[in-house]
Amino acid sequence: MNTSLEWIKAMVPGLDVTEQEYMDAMTLSGTKVEGYRKLDADLEQIVVGQILKIERHPDADKLIVCQVDIGREEAIQIVTGAPNVSEGDKVPVVLSGGRVAGGHDGSVTPGGIKIKKGKLRGIESDGMMCSIEELGSSREMYPEAPELGIYIFKEDVPVGADAVGLLGLHDAVFEYEVTSNRADCFSVIGIAREAAATFRRELKLPEVTETGNGEDVNDYIKVTVKDADLCSRYVARAVKNIKIAPSPKWMQRRLAAQGIRPINNLVDITNYVMAEYGQPMHAYDLDTIAGKEIIVRRASKDETFVTLDGQERKLDDSVLMICDAEKPVGIAGIMGGENSMITDSVKCMLFEAACFDGTNIRLSSKKIGLRTDASSVFEKGLDPNNAMEAMNRACQLVEELGAGEVIGGAVDVYPVKKEGRRIPFEPEKYNRLLGTQIAAEDMLSYFERLELSYDKETNEILVPSWRQDLECGADIAEEAARFFGYDNIPTTLPDGEATTGKLSLKLRIEQIARDVAEYCGFSQGMCYSFESPKVFDKLCIPADSKLRDAVTILNPLGEDFSIMRTTPLNGMLTSLSTNYNRRNQDVRLYELGNIYLPNQVPVTELPIERMQFTLGMYGEGDFFTLKGVVEEFFAKTGMFEKPEYNPGAGRPYLHPGRQADIFYKGTAVGYLGEVHPLVAANYSIKDRVYVAVLDMPEITAAADFGRKYRGIAKFPASNRDISMVVPKEILAGDIEKVFDAKGGAYLERYALFDIYEGSQIKPGFKSLAYSLTFRGKEKNLEEADITGAMERILKALEHMGIELRK
Amino acid sequence: MKEKLQKIKNEAIQKMIASDSLTKLNDVRVAVLGKKGELTAVMKSMKDLLPEERPAFGQLVNEVRAEIEQKLEEAKSALEAKELERRLLDEVIDVTLPAKKNRVGHRHPNTIALEEVERIFIGMGYEVVEGPEVELDYYNFEALNIPANHPAKDEQDTFYINNEIVLRTQTSPVQVRVMEQGKLPIRVIAPGRVFRSDEVDATHSPSFHQIEGLVVDQHITFADLKGTLEEFVRELFGADTKVKFRPHHFPFTEPSAEVDMTCFKCGGKGCRFCKGSGWIEILGCGMVHPKVLKMSGIDPERYSGFAFGVGLERIALLKYEIDDMRLLYENDSRFLKQF
Repeated sequence: MNTSLEWIKAMVPGLDVTEQEYMDAMTLSGTKVEGYRKLDADLEQIVVGQILKIERHPDADKLIVCQVDIGREEAIQIVTGAPNVSEGDKVPVVLSGGRVAGGHDGSVTPGGIKIKKGKLRGIESDGMMCSIEELGSSREMYPEAPELGIYIFKEDVPVGADAVGLLGLHDAVFEYEVTSNRADCFSVIGIAREAAATFRRELKLPEVTETGNGEDVNDYIKVTVKDADLCSRYVARAVKNIKIAPSPKWMQRRLAAQGIRPINNLVDITNYVMAEYGQPMHAYDLDTIAGKEIIVRRASKDETFVTLDGQERKLDDSVLMICDAEKPVGIAGIMGGENSMITDSVKCMLFEAACFDGTNIRLSSKKIGLRTDASSVFEKGLDPNNAMEAMNRACQLVEELGAGEVIGGAVDVYPVKKEGRRIPFEPEKYNRLLGTQIAAEDMLSYFERLELSYDKETNEILVPSWRQDLECGADIAEEAARFFGYDNIPTTLPDGEATTGKLSLKLRIEQIARDVAEYCGFSQGMCYSFESPKVFDKLCIPADSKLRDAVTILNPLGEDFSIMRTTPLNGMLTSLSTNYNRRNQDVRLYELGNIYLPNQVPVTELPIERMQFTLGMYGEGDFFTLKGVVEEFFAKTGMFEKPEYNPGAGRPYLHPGRQADIFYKGTAVGYLGEVHPLVAANYSIKDRVYVAVLDMPEITAAADFGRKYRGIAKFPASNRDISMVVPKEILAGDIEKVFDAKGGAYLERYALFDIYEGSQIKPGFKSLAYSLTFRGKEKNLEEADITGAMERILKALEHMGIELRK
Repeated sequence: MKEKLQKIKNEAIQKMIASDSLTKLNDVRVAVLGKKGELTAVMKSMKDLLPEERPAFGQLVNEVRAEIEQKLEEAKSALEAKELERRLLDEVIDVTLPAKKNRVGHRHPNTIALEEVERIFIGMGYEVVEGPEVELDYYNFEALNIPANHPAKDEQDTFYINNEIVLRTQTSPVQVRVMEQGKLPIRVIAPGRVFRSDEVDATHSPSFHQIEGLVVDQHITFADLKGTLEEFVRELFGADTKVKFRPHHFPFTEPSAEVDMTCFKCGGKGCRFCKGSGWIEILGCGMVHPKVLKMSGIDPERYSGFAFGVGLERIALLKYEIDDMRLLYENDSRFLKQF
């Protein structure tokens, strides 16, 4: 919300602070000032000048030479190109050495433009006559200013006087960030009340006087509220003999500062009162109201209505309408109808100040797709007790401005009067919550300035009805804290029972994952949780795959962000693709992020979130590099058993011959492989890409940090090498299983040291060579200990059709 | 005989001095002291002497032998030292040649910032906990005192899965889940991913991270909240950092505050970075609203608590001076390598 400081000062007359002081103090007491703009920041030495004489410039058709009286002994000479001045005009003149804010085209120069004495086409010019734009303002704020040319004072102003002051530009416009709970502060009065309390000054609200002629408004209008649940109060008054005219400058300026364009006296009054009281007003042409009757009711289903902007609006039975005896004349709280709008020929007018249900207005406004100044105020939830005061203020302004003749009396449909809350006054409790020792009297003095009164009899705080945010002791404690000053509250640390700071096991294992990945050259990426349903095709995932059952977002940012991912692959491949396209070489990335697996679609309960540890790389390294990282990670999480790799899972996004599901102690914990070349191509990567995905919940379950020292071998080891010719389809893992099963207690370890396929070996076979290490824990092995084991191994290998190379 | 021994000794010493390598020195040893060496020959000739002459002769030979051996040892040490010196000289390298690096990967800046925050709070006795990212509307809103149709629900541009399920817009629902477990006192932080329907640009992302903090115990005060967060900000951004608490509104805390810290770039003087104010908004916080305590099964008359929420990206962007949030989710290795 924007408001001119001048308006606030009008209500807090003792306010004598600089703009910066005002901003800081208001922000610290809870009315956050986003910033302010000093209207005269770049205006210097600007006075009222009167043009005495105008002559043509001898050498320029479009320039004139003026003699201007600036209230000094001698007139000054100014050359201008402005087309609109005549002799006798009084205009703002910036003297040489002074400054203006910008150009006549409305452009603003930071720091302003310094005006110097100079020559224009050879003729001396001492100063400049100003347009409203050069004064840093606009025709929005000064509708009387000409579209092109110098601002001319219409009223009688003294020559030589401060022109900036006469234009009301010694002011600053403040922008406030009002929080949603303070509906009352979306008004000048609300801000002024906070300012008065903050600076401990008196608050002087507008004095609303009695208005109206001897007639009775009830002879003009009857009001029936049918749906009182959506309209807690409806106040109506009438005005006749209307004279539409521009509103006075002071009103125009205040509205303009608020960001509201002045239009005419009637419109301006309704806007002015809305700004001042935070109460939206609406005016109807009373002559268009059939039956001299207003009925407030819900619309019927599929009703349509033309609003005053000429648009036809579709309604339903949740939308509240203002109707006359025959037809709707406005959408309550949102916009009036074309059929009842005020025109220049209006004679008689109906003023409405009502209190509609905020939630209903918000939902209706959404449904209709129409958000107006009024609806956004109603949405916040208004105080019905404010409506009558605002109405009377509007009528007072009508009389003051001579805009019409106000009919006596008001129609007020207000079945249940809203009372302010009573909250027990418990200063010790507030101090206990705040950690302060604010005296009870001090608290009461803060409250008094906020118009929260204290009932000594019952020891209660009486909350005015506009403070809907104050409901309980904690709210009152905040009021005490705000005006005591948050910065005056001491700083302490919680005492009490000590607690142990720690990471959960899950988070510890994630930390290990990060460490291992990084040691192995992988950098951490982060990907979005939502993606496009098209990624399943990109990943060549079959149409009937369960992976396609994803959690769908009802209101996504677009299709590309519309489902929650069920696999981390797209994120990883997209990131690798980005790097590949930017020609980054040898890229290794990892990610720790959730996938979201619904129990069923459409979703009826929370999906299962599984943390995935995903590794991806291209460039240097291969399948076995990645396999190494996986096994390093297992070792660091205490998974010392040997993992198994099953190549037969047939994951469609991976190379059919270069993939494996990873099992640990019989449980699937993830997979790794080379990305299928077609999938890689879908991500525009022409290199081989390898990925590994580990399912962290399974890893967390398998992790074991109960390590035990096993002793360092004391006895010498004996090695036996075996070289085999193996049918191609037999996996090294199968042979190793034989070693494990038949090696006996003395087989300490084995290692593959040669693998060969080619012309030296018969077709359909490959050659593998292993080195087996035997060692006794308690004794020096004898030849027989080893031979026994070797014989068992060789026998089992022969059974598999493996030949030994001698 | 004596002269002969003297001669052998002198000649041996001469040869030692002439030896410029360990091999040559060894040749000297063999020629004099070896099986067929000169001195050995002299020793062998002892059998030709009268028995009574032998002890004195033997002693003499042994003396000469000892002397030669000592000289040999000295010569050897000197030569070894010389050779080492020569080797070291030969082995001089250009230490400014490029390093051979292990290719170590890098943590994401978000994670670096998060681990710093975790370190600070774990040190203060906080446990790090988590909650679901796809969350029930109840936990994300209602249990946080944001009832149905509350305008705050619109403010947070929520992604909906259905009427009851949302992508959490804040980490605050974890507060409720922790309180519902009923184990007191509570000191937790809950980092995690949150979602709001903001279009992607330099300062917005539809998915980002928050860190929630919650302390519930008897006698927890707003002053404790101030002290804790001041400590946190100073630890994270430096001991000179000042903080400012401004009243604010959050539906689930009362009193509530926003916290500003002095701009780390200009130290509070005002610069382009802090838009001239000298202050940067860093987090939101407050005393847990009694309604929230009550809904989570905690008696607000006996217990009080404070909560705070801070944007992880905000910290990462500020701390590492990253000027575009999109960089955090592109995963360009040239970006990641800088952390």
